[in-house]
Amino acid sequence: MSTFSTGRKVASFASLILGLVLAIVGLALSITKAGDLILFTIPISGKATPVILGRGTMFICGIILFFVGLYLFPTLKYHRAIINIIFLFPLLFAFAVTVIIPLVLGIGYSFTDWDGIKLTGFVGLSNYLRMFNQKSFLWSILLTFLFVVFNMILVNLVAFLLALLCTSRIKALGFFRAAYFLPNLIGGIVLGYIWQFIFSNVVTKFTGTYSMLSDTKTAFIAVIIVYIWQYAGYIMLIYITGLNTIPGDVLEASAIDGANPTQTLFNIKLPMIAPTITICTFLTLTSAFKQFDVNLALTNGKGSVQFLGEYIANGTEMLALNIYTTAVINNDYALGQAKAVLFFIILAAVSIIQVRISNKKEVEL
Amino acid sequence: MHTKEKTSTVVVRLIIAVIIAAYVLFPFILLLINSGKVTADITSNPVSLAGASFGQLMTNIKAVINDPNFLFWNSFGSSALITVLSLVMLSVFGAMAAWVICRNKTVWSTIIYFTFIASMIIPFQVVMLPLISTFRDVGKFIGIPMLQSVAGLVFAYLGFGGAMTVFILNGFIKGIPYTLEEAASIDGCTPEQTFFQIIFPLLTPVITTVTILNGMWIWNDYLLPSMMLGQNGKVMTIPIAIQKFVGSYVKSWDRILPAALLAIIPMIVIFLIAQKQIMEGMIEGAVKG
Repeated sequence: MSTFSTGRKVASFASLILGLVLAIVGLALSITKAGDLILFTIPISGKATPVILGRGTMFICGIILFFVGLYLFPTLKYHRAIINIIFLFPLLFAFAVTVIIPLVLGIGYSFTDWDGIKLTGFVGLSNYLRMFNQKSFLWSILLTFLFVVFNMILVNLVAFLLALLCTSRIKALGFFRAAYFLPNLIGGIVLGYIWQFIFSNVVTKFTGTYSMLSDTKTAFIAVIIVYIWQYAGYIMLIYITGLNTIPGDVLEASAIDGANPTQTLFNIKLPMIAPTITICTFLTLTSAFKQFDVNLALTNGKGSVQFLGEYIANGTEMLALNIYTTAVINNDYALGQAKAVLFFIILAAVSIIQVRISNKKEVEL
Repeated sequence: MHTKEKTSTVVVRLIIAVIIAAYVLFPFILLLINSGKVTADITSNPVSLAGASFGQLMTNIKAVINDPNFLFWNSFGSSALITVLSLVMLSVFGAMAAWVICRNKTVWSTIIYFTFIASMIIPFQVVMLPLISTFRDVGKFIGIPMLQSVAGLVFAYLGFGGAMTVFILNGFIKGIPYTLEEAASIDGCTPEQTFFQIIFPLLTPVITTVTILNGMWIWNDYLLPSMMLGQNGKVMTIPIAIQKFVGSYVKSWDRILPAALLAIIPMIVIFLIAQKQIMEGMIEGAVKG
């Protein structure tokens, strides 16, 4: 075929071969632990300084060169397939290395005595048994469920009321929407410290007593307050979008039929935004479950509480933070990993149940 | 709109809206005024303007901006670099992958697509510990450090942000008529030309959306960078810097508050510039995601 110039053919095959060679040499140097390749040495101020071609650099350049060769490969029939592979590769590779492989390894590690670096053997279910004997962990599960329930209800309620306010006739509407949304832009760590200041220095000026953060119950309420403050503005935006999709003539018809605002709200607006409610419940549910930053910055899980006949010191520590503390602070990686696997199972189960229930409700409405 | 409302109702509603706005903005205002005070004034009277001055604000900011535990310009630079690189890679590679997945109706593309969707439920905690050890081992193996490096972190964001990016982009690409690509192909466009010259420019609105969603996540993220970069590593992002700074100045509010103020200023400035796009982007993302 004369479709492809000789130059392209040569370039393609040369890149393919050179790429493969580079990649294989890079890998071989890594496997044999021979270290990096010293090309030559140049004397810099009397010392022989080696010029190094890193084995990793060689490997990566090899792979890139290989793909260049593949791209130039003289074929019409398979060109589309080659492009598909090249286009998919970067994202899929990153996804596999950061999500899939660690997930598989992580589930495996939870059955071993892994210490973060090496493992010596399988221990069966002993990590799982160990975590259920930790009263502080059971408390974390309970607390997380409480937090999720409170937040799902409160954030949705507050956000929906805000959305009603922001879709009514009101001056400076744009300003209010933006203002309510603003806290959502700030990261949980910074927010947590700003609110720590408010709870321990400002609120105490009004109440004249101790800081809310020093008592477990009020500290938990403080976390909920901050979370609503941060998240309600975002959920409000979604409710506003939902409310705006209700056709004007439907509202008009209900007004002509003499429906008062309360009737319109419960019989027209709420049923018509059922899909939005599903989305918002899902978002608040999953994000409340994964709450970490505010928990860390505001209370760091501290707070004493009596639970199952034992005093525990992590009264405000929720699941995500408990996993982090177990593994990173207390250096018990296998236990932390087992807890994380349980966390994953709980989260997956709860999300699936929520979507099922919402779908049923949507149909009924 | 159609029913006439009493003026009193409208006024009451406005008052309620103002009160809520005051409550929502209160922490920001407190942060600003107390950043310009000395400790004694902060603790004795945090809610008044007494003792607050612009000069003191500058003094406090100067005291923290070059603090070795904060290094504002360094951490700001790292945060910006990491965020921008991750966003560019996510947008380009995400669009490339989404286009291939969307336009190829094979078993493989379906499997890849559903794996992406299913992976969105995976909490970070379940992968974070093996992730760190894998990155450490791979880095040692090939002689390029993956931990404590910007490149490693950007690679991790590409992996973690990929699923949502592909999901949102895929929904958009479905809506682009396929005849457009067929016409380009007849005119002699190769597949890669079709993508980069015809499809990619059409994706601008949806790429804005994913960039906003990913940008807010990556800029504010604490856990992943803290695991990968460590508290005492060479590279610090702003959330790590704040956490480290607060740890070394326990309850010294005249240091912590100006630092927090500095940390939130970039985000607030961006919001004031691109408010409309950000709010719309967030909604689009939520409704599609």
